[in-house]
Amino acid sequence: MSHAIKNSRKRRLTPSLVAGAGLSGAFVIMALLSLVWTPFDVTQLSVGSRLLPPGGEHWLGTDHFGRDMFSMILVGARTSIAVALIAVGMGMVIGVPLGLLAAARSGSVLDDIVMRGNDLVFAFPALIIAILITAVFGPGAVNAIIAIGIFNIPVFARLTRGAALSIWQREFIMAARLAGKGRVLISLEHILPNITNMLIVQGTIQFSLGILAEAGLAYVGLGAQPPLPSWGRMLAEAQTMIALAPHVALVPGLAIVFAVLGLNLFGDGLRDLFDPRLRGARA
Amino acid sequence: MLSFVLRRAFTLVATLMAASVVIFFTLEVLPGDPAAFMLGLNVAPEALAALREQLGLDAPVLLRFWQWVTGMLQGDFGISYTYRVPVAGLIADRLLVSLPLAIYALALAVLVGIPVGVLAAIKRNGPVDTAAMGLAQIGIALPNFWFAMLLVLLFSVTLRWFSSGGFPGWDDPGAAIAALTLPAVALALPQAAILARVMRSSLLDTLDEDYVRTARAKGLSRRQALWHHALRNALIPVLTIMGLQFSFLLAGGIIIENVFYLPGLGRLAFQAITARDLIVVRSVVMILVFAVVLVTFLVDLGYAAIDPRLRRGRT
Repeated sequence: MSHAIKNSRKRRLTPSLVAGAGLSGAFVIMALLSLVWTPFDVTQLSVGSRLLPPGGEHWLGTDHFGRDMFSMILVGARTSIAVALIAVGMGMVIGVPLGLLAAARSGSVLDDIVMRGNDLVFAFPALIIAILITAVFGPGAVNAIIAIGIFNIPVFARLTRGAALSIWQREFIMAARLAGKGRVLISLEHILPNITNMLIVQGTIQFSLGILAEAGLAYVGLGAQPPLPSWGRMLAEAQTMIALAPHVALVPGLAIVFAVLGLNLFGDGLRDLFDPRLRGARA
Repeated sequence: MLSFVLRRAFTLVATLMAASVVIFFTLEVLPGDPAAFMLGLNVAPEALAALREQLGLDAPVLLRFWQWVTGMLQGDFGISYTYRVPVAGLIADRLLVSLPLAIYALALAVLVGIPVGVLAAIKRNGPVDTAAMGLAQIGIALPNFWFAMLLVLLFSVTLRWFSSGGFPGWDDPGAAIAALTLPAVALALPQAAILARVMRSSLLDTLDEDYVRTARAKGLSRRQALWHHALRNALIPVLTIMGLQFSFLLAGGIIIENVFYLPGLGRLAFQAITARDLIVVRSVVMILVFAVVLVTFLVDLGYAAIDPRLRRGRT
């Protein structure tokens, strides 16, 4: 993979990369901004200004408690990013070493154990893991993180193992083995750097899936709990209000769509950048 | 082929056994006593002990696990703490909503996604391709429950074509299917977008293959080469995705059921969590995991039937 990059040094700033980076960047900035400033306090209820349409003092209107929607979207971005990022990080930190290990010991009992463990976790959709965890510990943002994180472990383990196996076949690995390097050292010094690009691309995709999953869990009440604003819960609360004041449902929904769209485009763009041969090939 | 089927069947059984252990013991660490929960705060110790005995809670953990597993094999999932009826019947009733919903949604996704993907691949890089893939990109980013709310706003609240929720039962199949239509559309759209993308890229790959070029060189028209050679092979990865999607739709239906107040497995699971009805929770989870594992198994077999090369491979 690295040869291909060297041969085509010409950087490709595709439209999807630019648009994706722009949207993802805006999403991150919103989250960071919410740490220092929001137009209104998101815990401030104001019965007098319930369900105001967008415009005027409240840019995106207010919800049924009179809370400022724009402020809630900002804080919600933070919740989304925190949950999805930690969950994907957890999947990577556990999944990638497992995949490297399985590839390094390919065909061994260890490989078998890792792969069968993967099959087992794959049998539990993220939502099911979330239901189990919630049944045990009760609902909350941390449980959403754990559920999405567990779901991500086999994704990264499988991907890493597959990619690492093909690199183990390459001549420079043979050379490293002849030079007396051990399997662990080879995995860390030669295999990992060669699959990093692919992991970053997949990480972006999983991040966007994580945001969708977080929203879904929060929507059914298995994720972030009040008073922590979250896009998914804003939608749950909007459901009965939708005919009365459509903006309470439109605003958080569009926020999710733009964030996920941005990350997906960014992932596609990164893939083209890292490996032009795969242009448009992603499924 | 037989050894492949046996090997796969063994994996299926082993995964299910491991899953049952995980599910049972995860819920076993749960603090709190279901019997105490059912009887409330001011309860005589004798009554509590009696109920524990009646529910079989006083037996050792391993024995209860064994009873649960062997019971399930005979179709006995235990008695629900809260509903006081056999769990198997509860689940069967709910499956009559969740399963048709998942099948309906998958059918819609296939009917839309596959033709769009094929069309985009044929018209590669043309305006049709660009538009289709742009729409697919948006479809993937849509949270299905939000899309469902928009559908309700448009078709139930504004146009009044469909009811906004509830399920009339299968006595009137027409009404039942109408009630499942908006939920199925909401579930199907993001999946159709994924299928279209997979179909397109898979078909583009096969169209570049030597055997397609050979077929063209032999004098077949583009259309003939596409239908007789490329499409069949291109469908293999699509089949995998469809298998994954079916599991996803069955589990993901849980969220959509909430939007439309459908009495499916998901609603059962949520109510059971709130009521700490662990027998119901673990049974629903086990059924869903079983569905996922079974579909994966069937897809693997379907594969091997289509492509003999895959029978030899390990994974």
